[in-house]
Amino acid sequence: MSAVPSTAHRHDQPANHAAPKARAVELSGWGRHPRSECALLEARGAEDVLGAIAGNQTLIARGNGRSYGDPALNPAGTLSLLKSNRFIDFDPASGMLTCEAGVLLEDVIDTFLPRGWFPPVTPGTKFVTIGGMIASNVHGKNHHLAGSFGNHVESLDLALADGQVMRCSRTENESLFEATCGGMGLTGVILRARFRLMPVETSFIRRETRRLRNLSEAMDAFEAARDWTYSVAWIDCLARGDALGRSLLFLGEHARADELPGPRRLSPLALPKKHSRTVPIDVPGFVQNRWSIGAFNELYYRIAPPGTDVLDYDRFFYPLDGILEWRRLYGRAGLVQYQCVLPLAASRAGLTLLLKRIADAGLGSFLGVLKLFGQQKSGLMSFPMEGYTLALDFPASAKTLALFPVLDAIVADHGGRLYLAKDAATSPAMIERFYPGLAQFRAVRKRVDPAGKFTSLQSRRLGL
Amino acid sequence: MSDVTQTVLILAAASDIGRAIAHEYARSGTSLILAARDAQRLEADAVDLRLRYGGEVRVAEFDVLDTVRQALFLDGLGALPDTVVCVIGLMGEQDESQRSARAAELVMHSNYTGCCLILGEVANRMEARGAGCIIGVSSVAGDRGRAKNYIYGSAKAGFTAFLSGLRARLAPKGVRVITVQPGFVDTRMTAGMDLPKALTAQPVEVARAIHRAQAHGKHVIYVRPVWRLVMTVIRALPESIFMRTKF
Repeated sequence: MSAVPSTAHRHDQPANHAAPKARAVELSGWGRHPRSECALLEARGAEDVLGAIAGNQTLIARGNGRSYGDPALNPAGTLSLLKSNRFIDFDPASGMLTCEAGVLLEDVIDTFLPRGWFPPVTPGTKFVTIGGMIASNVHGKNHHLAGSFGNHVESLDLALADGQVMRCSRTENESLFEATCGGMGLTGVILRARFRLMPVETSFIRRETRRLRNLSEAMDAFEAARDWTYSVAWIDCLARGDALGRSLLFLGEHARADELPGPRRLSPLALPKKHSRTVPIDVPGFVQNRWSIGAFNELYYRIAPPGTDVLDYDRFFYPLDGILEWRRLYGRAGLVQYQCVLPLAASRAGLTLLLKRIADAGLGSFLGVLKLFGQQKSGLMSFPMEGYTLALDFPASAKTLALFPVLDAIVADHGGRLYLAKDAATSPAMIERFYPGLAQFRAVRKRVDPAGKFTSLQSRRLGL
Repeated sequence: MSDVTQTVLILAAASDIGRAIAHEYARSGTSLILAARDAQRLEADAVDLRLRYGGEVRVAEFDVLDTVRQALFLDGLGALPDTVVCVIGLMGEQDESQRSARAAELVMHSNYTGCCLILGEVANRMEARGAGCIIGVSSVAGDRGRAKNYIYGSAKAGFTAFLSGLRARLAPKGVRVITVQPGFVDTRMTAGMDLPKALTAQPVEVARAIHRAQAHGKHVIYVRPVWRLVMTVIRALPESIFMRTKF
């Protein structure tokens, strides 16, 4: 019986390093703009990744598709890492975790928070992969103290265009490490990463909410709150005049067990019950206009109670994750997010100008976010710099796309930059101005990928 | 003795459905034995499962085609597991299976002979013990032979019939047998195929359905209920019409 030759392909064992089979599917980023038909391949582990690299002219890695625009799209070859999602090692003494790139941050939290560990940096959604977090060198509400995620990555294993796998860290292949943190997947495919979790006493956050009447007050409050672990503000981008930049500032600390309400103290690390709703349909675009957004913002600003409360990590970090498919609120046309950062000295002038232009254009956003970054050390193409970042969601309309170049020019003139993980619309000329590390980044890519195998719609659009 | 430890043995544990089943059972605190032809390949999954759920996970080498050593394989596991899930499947290429007797034989042995013999051996041991649960993942392809994949389908038809008979035989003996009809599943086996979305399940759905079926005492399950309807219609078509259908 064992003499029967195994010529065919049994599904308990893949063929030897062959490229996984591709399937044509329409893909997009989280904003659903742009969309593109892509040959999608799935990697179940390193062998599949190497097979895909060998078998494809061009390729881009894709995690959970949470970058907004087109960085995880390549019509000729988009390699999903979602099924390369194994934990490899965890040291309960140091909190050092090693895992495959497709592991979701949600899985990290679900697995290790009950044991007293939390990610050192988390973006505004837990539905991202570790590989994606590195490729975008994501930041969180603690950037002013902790820096971006790359700062906490001890090492990563990168599959290169020639099929070699290289371990990269701050002491080993440093330039490749620096190009890969924030490199949008353009240096190779991240296979595994090693990063340190941080110890927490509870799964709760002690939050303080402050209502700030305008941009000046908001910025003063941010600067006075530099000692808080977490800080972020929701900003009303439709407010004008004296109220321009009015905000709600949310500050947070990991709660100690003795800060929890009585019954919670028995199981301070318990995960909250998952309660999520799904937006079932695409909301027609006309529902969103300056009046509906204005009314929402007015209400939100008035209703949020200033003061202190204790809430679970999920509601503090990921309020939008509770509304699955919230992007459908923007209709089938999708949304684009504009996230920029301005250097500290130019922030006040730049933000004022940006907010005025947006309000003048009659464009509004439900989701305006303002945050003060600290210094940024890791990553050639990393987004953060010391100063203020502003993030706004807009419907992907002609009006929006006409406004963006105006905003880009303001950002560039003030020495700021745009976040590649959110971008769907900027231009090569602007990128040259935004990213001084670009030349060095290109040099690294030329060295490890001379034929330019790793490309995305974004990298081609921007000539990265 | 058998009910002291809650243990599940998964045959073809490296497959997409096998992996999903392992997660589903490990999450609820069940000890796992993962088996596949190349046990080395299972180590990474075993490490992952232990880290995530903290339970016991063992790996074992098992080749369904090596029917001579199947009893030895079971002996080597120590105590007989409470539950055995068989996810083994080989679709093959229909064209090749039509042309080459060896290719057809491989499909038949992988899906029918090998699976029936190992589960038959498991059944005898469970019968002697007077307790246990056997879960066979078959296929709707076995519900009626189609031009497109009848070699695979006929092997699965045999497997379905085997499970059905086994269930009847063992019911009075305290041993349960569950037949699983997954329908289309988004796995490595179907990679690159253009499958209708409404009829295509994710591996995790299959795993949940299996776990639920065991808890609820089901005998035959279709992972997506719509498949029961689809297959009822397909089975009811007169042969003269069915012959001409293209699906």
